[in-house]
Amino acid sequence: MIRLWPFRGGVHLDTQKAVSSVLPLADADLPSRLVFPLLQRGGENAQPVVSVGERVLKGQVIARGADSPVPPIHASSSGLIESIRPLPLPHPSGLCDWCIVIETDGRDEAVEMTGTADYRTLSPRSLRGLINEAGIVGLGGAGFPTAVKLDPPRSVDTLILNGAECEPYITCDDSLLRHFPQEVLEGARILMHILGVPRCLLGIEDNMPEAIAALRSARQRDGRSAIEVVPVPSIYPTGGEKQLIQLLTGREVPAHGIPADAGVVCHNVGTAAAAFRAVVRGEPLISRIVTVTGRGVRQPRNLSVRIGTPIADLVRQCGGYSERAERLVLGGPMMGFSLASDDLPIVKGANCILVAAAGELPSRGQTLPCIRCGACADICPVNLLPQQLYWYSRARNLERAGEHQLLDCIECGCCDTVCPSHIPLAQTFRAAKSQVIANGRERERAHHARARFEARLARKDEQRREQAEAAKRKREALSKPNGGEIARAIERARARKQAASPSQVSGSAHGSPGTVIQEPDETHGTCPVQRPEPAEH
Amino acid sequence: MLAFFAVCLLFTVLGAILGYSAQRFRVERNPLVEKIDAFLPQTQCGQCGYPGCRPYAEAIAKGDADINQCPPGGMEVVKALADLLAVEPKPLSAEHSVEKPPSVAVIEEANCIGCTLCIQACPVDAIVGAPKLMHTVIESECTGCELCLPPCPVDCIVMVPIPETPATWKWPEPATAEVT
Repeated sequence: MIRLWPFRGGVHLDTQKAVSSVLPLADADLPSRLVFPLLQRGGENAQPVVSVGERVLKGQVIARGADSPVPPIHASSSGLIESIRPLPLPHPSGLCDWCIVIETDGRDEAVEMTGTADYRTLSPRSLRGLINEAGIVGLGGAGFPTAVKLDPPRSVDTLILNGAECEPYITCDDSLLRHFPQEVLEGARILMHILGVPRCLLGIEDNMPEAIAALRSARQRDGRSAIEVVPVPSIYPTGGEKQLIQLLTGREVPAHGIPADAGVVCHNVGTAAAAFRAVVRGEPLISRIVTVTGRGVRQPRNLSVRIGTPIADLVRQCGGYSERAERLVLGGPMMGFSLASDDLPIVKGANCILVAAAGELPSRGQTLPCIRCGACADICPVNLLPQQLYWYSRARNLERAGEHQLLDCIECGCCDTVCPSHIPLAQTFRAAKSQVIANGRERERAHHARARFEARLARKDEQRREQAEAAKRKREALSKPNGGEIARAIERARARKQAASPSQVSGSAHGSPGTVIQEPDETHGTCPVQRPEPAEH
Repeated sequence: MLAFFAVCLLFTVLGAILGYSAQRFRVERNPLVEKIDAFLPQTQCGQCGYPGCRPYAEAIAKGDADINQCPPGGMEVVKALADLLAVEPKPLSAEHSVEKPPSVAVIEEANCIGCTLCIQACPVDAIVGAPKLMHTVIESECTGCELCLPPCPVDCIVMVPIPETPATWKWPEPATAEVT
């Protein structure tokens, strides 16, 4: 039994996991339309590499990032590219952005996929390349490119697999571990091989006994034990990356740091399974397990879903909406966000569709003034002072909020659940954080503009100085009797003219040493012209 | 009498020390100007009545200009400057144009005659083109200062508000008002 280092704070929540784990995992039906948003994590769009009307096969790359670390996007079934146009995104803003729409043909023909049976024959570098080319990003929700995470800037000694699905209702990782424990463990070995780490800890919440049993029996079957399955207490937010690292290793990831700073790399269990499929079977990331749950849907269950499937199709396959359906949420009740419509596609990071009935989401009573009870500070898993942050955020005093480590807030919403005044703390912090980020962007822009403005001023000065110097040189050259360059040139030209036939006079038109380059005229905007010196001077 | 001379002597000594340190520890650039300049949006638009952000910052530091003359910065800048200078914030001055959504200039390329006047007006070299050839604005470099609009003889430059994208979108603040 491995020792645990519990983190401070956190809350016990009513998990409601049974809602979606009654029915077994099933494959989602092939939808008639697949939608792939091009927006990537960094805010840049991937560039389509297919054109409208083209036929694509399952597993074919349809868009690539401008930079290589951005994993490509693959078609998840065969069909025709119907259009490439802006469509609403499954994003809290509900804004539209460019998407590739595929009309499926029902044949589901795939490109040839070849894997490598023994991953040990490949170097970590080429394995990272394979994983990136398979379009794998973190499946826990944040969607960070996996290959980048597998190339940590400093040496690490532990791989942590995150199977602690701490949010209520979500059971997609549980379902994955119950049905495909072997794939997860093999994937973990591949990731360990890439990172060159001797041990792997697989954190899994103790309220998932079937998944723990499945993993343990799978592990015993191979008889290798570098991977430790560690049941962790089901306290929200154990599944937070930094929280799980602290719980399993006792190391704290520094503020503004990454897990590698604590000698750890952390991946979701789904990411490990995707890495296994990519390396061993050559399958790109074109499907994932999604929990469709809540009392607003008739048959809640887990589905293995093609990336790009519209949410409406999934809800239909789960028996449709019940009369109690009230809100559609992408993600869990704590950190998910409401969607305005179900005509939105499943993306790689989408783990749960929660069709909430009344009372299933944390209720928000009438907001009352803060009474400074300090309950929020007691449960904050990142040791912040939410009530202080709240004052500063409300007053838009972002500088002070920053001094209180606003940016370290993980937006878990624990403070909301304990606040006796029902203050929407997490949302206030989200708003303040996005304002801080926007201000930073604005400052960077201003800095850039200032640099360009100053460069322009410096160039103008330089031009003026050169002009003045040239004028001075010219005056000096002309004032010197006989000895000057120009005078000599004139002499030479005259001599040539006399020697040559009368029709050849072009010699004097060539640029002589005294030629003046005229600067662009501020009022007429002519381009620089060469003005030959008149020969009569 | 002794007290009088003692105080005189003391004043002379202290004055000498102050005079020396004023020379010795002289700060070349006014640090206040730097701080004010850091808050300004650097559009270099001149809407404040000064030929750029830095001259405006210098004028504020000297006390010649008010803090509410920067329309691109809007109320955010007014508040930040009020905080910095410990004065009361005030609404934007109406004579210096109004606060507008952030925009970029776009050249209607069909109408551009290639006169290069806008290129000379642009304070951040965000317009490319050559005489008698079509010009275009480099969107990522444009600060939206509008200085290219007046010189254009064919009025082919329009200001287009920058649309909100998922990358620049900000979470809204909670709408619920507190009951007191």
